[in-house]
Amino acid sequence: MLANYLPVLIFLLVAGGFGGLLIVLGFVLGPRKPDSEKLSPYECGFEAFEDSRIKFDVRYYLVAILFILFDLEIAFLFPWAVSLHAIGRPGILSMVVFLTILLVGFIYEWKKGALEWD
Amino acid sequence: MTAVSTSYLHDLTLSLPEVFLLGATLVVLFVDLFISQAHRQLTYLLSLLTLVGTVVLLVAVPEGRHVGFAGMYVTDGFARLIKLMTAGTVAAAFLYSRDYLIKRGLFKGEYFVLALFATLGIFVMASAGNLLTMYLGIELLALSQYALVAFDRDSPIAAESAMKYFVLGAIASGVLLYGISIIYGVTGTFDLSMLAQRLDAHALTQVGLLFGLAFVMAGVAFKFGAVPFHMWIPDVYHGAPTPVTLFLGAAPKLAYFALSFRVLAEGLGSMAGAWQGMLMVLAVLSIAVGNVVAVSQTNLKRMLAYSTISNVGFILLGFLTATPFGYRAALLYTITYVLMALGSFAMIILLSRKGFEADRIDDFKGLAQRSPWFAWMMLFFMVGTAGVPPFAGFFAKLYVIQALVEVGFTWLAVVAVLFSVVGAFYYLRVVKAMFFDAPADDAPIGGAFSFKVLLSLNGLAVLALGLFNTPLVELVAKALR
Repeated sequence: MLANYLPVLIFLLVAGGFGGLLIVLGFVLGPRKPDSEKLSPYECGFEAFEDSRIKFDVRYYLVAILFILFDLEIAFLFPWAVSLHAIGRPGILSMVVFLTILLVGFIYEWKKGALEWD
Repeated sequence: MTAVSTSYLHDLTLSLPEVFLLGATLVVLFVDLFISQAHRQLTYLLSLLTLVGTVVLLVAVPEGRHVGFAGMYVTDGFARLIKLMTAGTVAAAFLYSRDYLIKRGLFKGEYFVLALFATLGIFVMASAGNLLTMYLGIELLALSQYALVAFDRDSPIAAESAMKYFVLGAIASGVLLYGISIIYGVTGTFDLSMLAQRLDAHALTQVGLLFGLAFVMAGVAFKFGAVPFHMWIPDVYHGAPTPVTLFLGAAPKLAYFALSFRVLAEGLGSMAGAWQGMLMVLAVLSIAVGNVVAVSQTNLKRMLAYSTISNVGFILLGFLTATPFGYRAALLYTITYVLMALGSFAMIILLSRKGFEADRIDDFKGLAQRSPWFAWMMLFFMVGTAGVPPFAGFFAKLYVIQALVEVGFTWLAVVAVLFSVVGAFYYLRVVKAMFFDAPADDAPIGGAFSFKVLLSLNGLAVLALGLFNTPLVELVAKALR
């Protein structure tokens, strides 16, 4: 049973080995003449203003989560729509239930003000 | 087409308790949105009504084993018992938490809605006939729990413990899912009854299966909080608001028992030879570490957290015998423990007031003078959990030890008894503080009338189920035929 996974193992070894080989080759063969201009971070031609690791507003996080939620909903709706002729009435009913649950969640976040920026 | 619709309807009828619970929880969430803080009691009442309605539907579901949704959903005596116990436990948790939440300005609909969603997760786990259904239930329960721990947003310690719980819990879920995927890779099925059919004695020689089993076991042990996967328990129990700790410490234990029973006993039953050894290590370590570390705790919530770990060890001890009697003993132990955990945490809620959490053992000093009745109730919970006759905890421990001796694990029984003696020390220390020390403060004992009645019933139940334990034993035996 485990022998079935041998091709996967070989594939992993080849992929890892090839990737590693290219990096090592570039490291060994490539010319390296670093100076301060080359090593400084590039920011549209300006001097770098500040550290790139800054605190940002937690509201972006909320928006990102809401986006994932509705993105997944769409990802779920497409295969459902394509196979609608095969799944019949139970399929429609299931989707209605699913969308109703999502709708309740949507109303909840709207009412709680999650969609307002200020 | 009609054939499909009828079977769909049949499936929905079987899962009516879950369907109702989901629908009613959504209604609670919706209603809570549109009422003012002054009418928040409505959310509370609706949540209790939801549980009552669920119990009525649970009783109405036909007895015997029924399978729905193409094997994804199973209802039988075991699922029914777990669900009824869960509904009762959650209702008790609601009653216990109301005053605490009101006094601290935490009386929000989200507490009840999240707890109801967690209940739904437990229901799904109890009725899982498929590894995927099981995982769905676990995640629904776990996500609700993470949010509940962080429920008191202004408390930094609650936020910290929620963060720890979330990160560790997510890793554990990943480990469990990885194990499930390996088992699927080897056997080609997620269905638990199909797994039981396809696996035979040869399963123990298949490296892939053993590999998958080890990961599943790590996930289960984390959920239970068995050593060495117990690190989250003390921090989460300590950091969460007491009503949330009360919730976490009680109902989910039933769910995790259902998880181990459905997956290990029903699905991977023929691999018992492999998981017995793993459970043995987990159980002995849990009993040892839990009992010994609890001795040095001064915070009652932390002490009860370590007590949970040692009790989980006992549940696993009963389970690892892999005999029908052992499963029954473990389930009986779980139910008894849940009852006593509810009461112990409710006592902390009873003594606490705004700005004072009463979660140190010193806060219980001289309780016998301030309120003799509730000092006795706390004595019932402490001595009951320690396993002193004639309380319920004694018989639960007795059955587990009997199950162990029956299959020849006498040395495990000896280890369990020895560490129980160590454990008795810290339970009795609370009793000593209550009865022999002078009171540290003499504020009157608060608590609403319904709270006190429920707590008294809870305490008397611990005594009554020890004196007359036949009904509970028969109930468990009927569920696990």
